[in-house]
Formats: sequence, C-alpha cells, structure tokens
Amino acid sequence: MSEPIITCRDVHKWYGQFHALRGISLEVKKGEVIVIFGPSGSGKSTFIRTINRLEEHQKGTIIVDGIELTHDVRNIAAIRKEVGMVFQQFNLFPHLTVMQNVTLGPIQVRKWKKEKSEEISMQLLERVGIPEQAYKYPGQLSGGQQQRVAIARALAMQPKIMLFDEPTSALDPEMIKEVLDVMTELAQSGITMLVVTHEMGFARAVADRMVFFDQGLIIESGTPEDVFYHPKEDRTKLFLSQILSH
Amino acid sequence: MTTQLSSVSEVLPPPTERYTILGWLHKNLFSSWFNSILSIVAGSFVAVVLVGIIKWVFVSAQWAVVNDNIALYMKGQYPGAQDWRLWVLIYLAALLVGLMWSSYFHRVDVIAWVLVSIFLVLAIWLLLLGKAAWWKLLLVDGFGIVGFSLGQRFPNVSKRLTILLLLLYMPLVLLIIRGFGTDGFIPQIGTNLWGGLLLSLLLAIIGIVFSFPIGVLLALGRQSQMPALKTLSIIYIEVIRGVPLITLLFMGQLMLPFFLPAGISIDRVIRAVVAIIMFAAAYMAENVRGGLQSIPVGQYEAADAIGLSGYRKMLNIILPQALRTVIPVLVGQFIGLFKDTSLVALVGLLDLLGIARGILANPSYIGRQLEVFVFIALIYWIFSYAMSYAARRLEISLGVGER
Repeated sequence: MSEPIITCRDVHKWYGQFHALRGISLEVKKGEVIVIFGPSGSGKSTFIRTINRLEEHQKGTIIVDGIELTHDVRNIAAIRKEVGMVFQQFNLFPHLTVMQNVTLGPIQVRKWKKEKSEEISMQLLERVGIPEQAYKYPGQLSGGQQQRVAIARALAMQPKIMLFDEPTSALDPEMIKEVLDVMTELAQSGITMLVVTHEMGFARAVADRMVFFDQGLIIESGTPEDVFYHPKEDRTKLFLSQILSH
Repeated sequence: MTTQLSSVSEVLPPPTERYTILGWLHKNLFSSWFNSILSIVAGSFVAVVLVGIIKWVFVSAQWAVVNDNIALYMKGQYPGAQDWRLWVLIYLAALLVGLMWSSYFHRVDVIAWVLVSIFLVLAIWLLLLGKAAWWKLLLVDGFGIVGFSLGQRFPNVSKRLTILLLLLYMPLVLLIIRGFGTDGFIPQIGTNLWGGLLLSLLLAIIGIVFSFPIGVLLALGRQSQMPALKTLSIIYIEVIRGVPLITLLFMGQLMLPFFLPAGISIDRVIRAVVAIIMFAAAYMAENVRGGLQSIPVGQYEAADAIGLSGYRKMLNIILPQALRTVIPVLVGQFIGLFKDTSLVALVGLLDLLGIARGILANPSYIGRQLEVFVFIALIYWIFSYAMSYAARRLEISLGVGER
C-alpha cells in the first residue's frame, strides 16, 4: 500500500460544449478500495470510464500501472489487460455461454490454453457462487446471476484493478445483496477497486476512501467515517441527507 | 381444510379441445352468416380456378415442348458425351448432403423423407416413360443414403470433414464442369456451352458465395473510423445501388470490351458473374449494416474492456450477433439474387430463361409459351422455397429472436 497504481492529474472531458469533467486529480494506491458517489450527471461514470479508455479524456494525464494513457493503441491495450470492468447493464455476450463469456478474454487476449482458461474460469464461477450455470446462456440467468458472471468475466483476465460502474443499479432489490456479497469478498482480497455506487452500506463496510463528485469536480474525499459523520462541504451533506433519508 | 386446499392446487390439465370436421367447419368457416357467405364465395372462386388449372395441366397443355428438351433446360448445350461429369457432381452433392444430415441433424426427419421421395418419384416416372436415365436419379438417393450412413459410422470425424468437403466442393465443381486440355480424360468445355439450370445455379451460387464476404467487408468499411475506407465504401455502395442490375450486365457485356486492350478478352460468363457479385455485394453491405446497428453499444464496450482487439471484437462479438439478426433479410436477398440471374438472358447468355426463349424461337413450338414459362417458374419456385425453408430451420437452430 505505497506507490499509486492510478494517477490522474487535472483530467478534463467535454461532450461537445458540455464540460463533463472539469479537472479531476486522484491518486489510487495499490489495494485501495475507493467508492465514488454523487448526483447523476456529476461525471462519476465518465471518470471511471476514462481509466480504461472507454471515454477519451481531452486534457490532463492518466497513468495506470506505470503506463500513460495516450492515443497509442499499444498503451490502451496494455492498460485494458490490467483493468477489469463491470457495467450497470452487465453487457454479457448473449450468443455465448457463461463459460465462453468468461474464457473469451483469457483465450483471445492472454493467449492461454483453452483447458487452463476453463479451469480458471470454473474456479471464478465457484467464487461468485454459480458454477452450475456454466453452460447456460446469459438470457437464462437472473439479473443478479448475470452480474456475477460479469464480475467473473472481468476477473478472468486477472486484472490488477477492477472498475465497477453502478453494478447494482439495474438489479431487483432482492438480487443486490448477492452481488454486493461478491464485491465485499473481492474488496477484502486486496485487489484495487474503483466503485461507482450509491450502496452506502457497502461503502461504509469496505471503502478505504470515499470520493464525492458533483458537476464534474471532486468536491470532497476521505474515509467513510469522515464523509459520513463529518462532511465538510454543504453539497456533500445535502446529497447524503437525500440518499440516506429514505 | 389444508388437505382440501392441496388437492385443489394440484395442476389441472388444460381443457381438451375436441376437433371434429363439422366443429372445425363451424368454427372457422361458418361462424356467422356473413362469414358463411364469404366462405361460399371464396370457395367457389378457388374451385373454379383449380378446375381450370387442372384442366389445362392434364388436357389442353402440350408438354412435348418440355419433355423433348429436358436436357436443354437442365444443362444447355453442354455436350451429352460429358454428362457423366455433371452426374458425378450431383452424386457428390448427394453424398455431402447425406453426410451433413447425419452430422448436424442426427436423424431422418420428414424433410429427409421428402427429399428422398422426390428423386424416387422422378425415377419411377422416368421408368414409366421408358427413359433410360431413371437409374441415374435413383443413384442420387443411393449416394445420399451412403453419405448418411458414413456420417453415422464415423460421428467423430464427420462434422469437420463435412465442412472441409463443402469448402472443397465449390472449386471442384468449376474444375470438373470446365475441364482442361483439348483431349484427355475431361476435355475443356467452353462457357458458351454452359446453360440452362446448370448456368443459373452456378451464377447464383458463385454470386452468393462471393458477394456475401465482400458485402460484410463493405459494411464494416462503411462503419469504420478510417475516413478513406469509409468514403470509398459509401461511394461504392451508393453508386452500385443507384444502378439497375441489367445496366451493369450490359456494361459488362458490351462496354467492357472497348476499354480492354486489343487481344485481351474476358469470358462472357465471368463478366456476368462479376456484375452480379458487384451488384449483390452493395445490397448485402446495407443489410449487414442494419444488423451491425442493432448491436447495443454495451457489447462494443464490454469487448473493449476485456481488451479484445478491433478485429477480434468484430469476429467474436459483433458479427456473430449482427449476422444472426439479419438472416431473414439476407436469405430474402439470396433468393432475389437467384431469380435475378435470369436477367443474363437479356444479354445473350443461355441460362434457364435464355434456353427457354431459345426453345420458343423454334417454329415447331409456336404458341407453347405458357407450358415453358410455367415449367421454368416451377423450377425457380422449388429452389427459392428450398432456400427459404432452409433459412427458417437455420434461424430456429440458432435461436434468432431469443437473447
């Protein structure tokens, strides 16, 4: 837990005229679990999507695992190898079985043998609790199961960093817990995680640091303790009171 | 109380509907006085038309124009002494179909029986007419059955072998039909002698086989980020789509020779095939593009996030889903392409339609247009329907529509 694995300095992003990220600077240490929260449209999803270049930043520097994100496709490819991502809408490949979804990256990108990839994938499916679904298609699974497959798929590349973009927002309430349990176990395993979520219980339990986004800026960051009980900024207080009141 | 409840909650079978002929008639044709009138009017119309058709087919039509020229319809002026080459190819095809059936469908179903009985019936018919070719047709069934049992005997090798053989079959067909050298085992037979159904099928199959990958590449080109590639693809697609196929065929047959240096000439059939491929590829590209656009952005993002390179993403994630959604449209286009090959008759090639026109030009067949055109229409229909049926089976087996 010493040197930063992700360094962002003054990151800006525009969509046409709209200034989505207005100078984000953040350092993430190896093994750190960071929860990013804030109102919708505040740029939190955009920000974590710049880290694996699903969105291009137009100004500033992003360095991931010692590699700077530039237009060089080799750098982008190298970073994507080390960064796994879990989406709000799961984005599983519907024409492939669960097993094929999970082994695709290891076989095609890591160039591992099929047998080795399937062995590792099976272990991961056991870890997320659905080994018995390995040969079904995503469409046959519940939302919670699909999201757990998506987590296994990202983990199969053995990434150093995991990005979660609102992983429970599209789930029915009774399925949120099964996904959060997997994420909690993952957080305790020591992998670096950036999680965009409004699950404050999860944040309190596992986050090393919480970062509050609003209008494309980091308004406040600190330990869950600080942010929950001693927020400095009014906007943070207001937002927390809104999401915690119900 | 609880016991009563549990007995009630037992799953009841759905109420059975009893079908009787009268019941069916009442329900579907005579449910109200208005429907009854409609049924009677429509029924009598159908009856009149049917009687007319049957009368024409069995009484007034003179089928000699078809019967006497069946070889011409099938293969044009391809020399009779070389017919065995075509039969060999047909037997190989039958063998392959049998092999495919056992390795992909695993069982003999209704369609297999229909296929087998078509050839059986044709063979018996020829036998009754006293023609010598009947056993050749029977052999088609024989080879099909041999292929099927081979597939059953060696289930482990058959799947890959079938694909390999299918890939080898196409070039083999062209090689054997064309031949090489002047004398020898299989002397060369110029394309000017290829004709009839043989030529139509060759034009259609080569057109489909080549225009499909070119169309996919054009669709990807049109979607690509590279401006030069994108512009070229758009220009190609829009120019070709703005021109009727017949124009392309005429340009190929009449104008191309002017642009080529003296002494160089390209085979007429090849010129027609190239025109068909160019034309079909542009339409194929637009259909495939439709499929590409139906893929959600999330699929691209998920593939990117895993770290798949551009072409691996296309090959593994995007194209399989995109093509699967456009199978119905693509098959519609294949069928259209098959029927469009009849346009080559207008530039002087003797395909099925060209041969038909040639036969009708013979003074002894004056007034026999209806027989001839009904006959070739039936042939076009059989092949088109077979394609459409095969596509529906493919769709079901690929699970189109269920994600």
